[in-house]
Amino acid sequence: MKNPLESITGTIISGLILTAVLVVFLNNFLAPVAA
Amino acid sequence: MEHLYAGLVRWGHLVTGITWIGLLYYFNLVQMAALKDAGADGTAAGITKHVAPRALLWFRWAAVATWILGVGLLCTLGDKGASVIHKTFTLQAPYAGIGIGAWLGTIMLFNVWHFIWPNQKKILGIVPATDEVKAKARRVAMLASRTNLMLSLPMLYFMANGFSHRIG
Repeated sequence: MKNPLESITGTIISGLILTAVLVVFLNNFLAPVAA
Repeated sequence: MEHLYAGLVRWGHLVTGITWIGLLYYFNLVQMAALKDAGADGTAAGITKHVAPRALLWFRWAAVATWILGVGLLCTLGDKGASVIHKTFTLQAPYAGIGIGAWLGTIMLFNVWHFIWPNQKKILGIVPATDEVKAKARRVAMLASRTNLMLSLPMLYFMANGFSHRIG
């Protein structure tokens, strides 16, 4: 599989996925700041 | 006086952060592609001699200033002082959201000084390097820069969504 960081598009998609994963992590596994 | 300090630190964090991340986006979206084209027609020296060293100077020191001012900003929140920094970096409530952003920014600062700048020095001829070493340095610097571009998206989400405003 090609490294997604080889292209700008792959990098941005990876960044968006990572953002979503971290938001889910924050909301479900860490105490939300202002629920 | 406390509000003035908090306001100035927040403002400084934003200004330096825009400088840092703006240059990161310039490197990834403009300079990498421009260097490829310029290399093909023999005009790359204009970028590597006159543009890249200046851009990298502002880039790496803006990264340091952003991080320091970010820590200064954390100290103005809630419990104030060292206790906030500890709670932020251990992702404790109510600092978990801003803590994720702070960790991402810290990793990005590490990438700048540990991977991007040392390898750029070899690429730009600031330190001597063979062609083979330069080729490897180009690859490492590119991947570190792309990693920071990727990390900047969640980092900005956690910085810009008011997580540091929701704490008393």
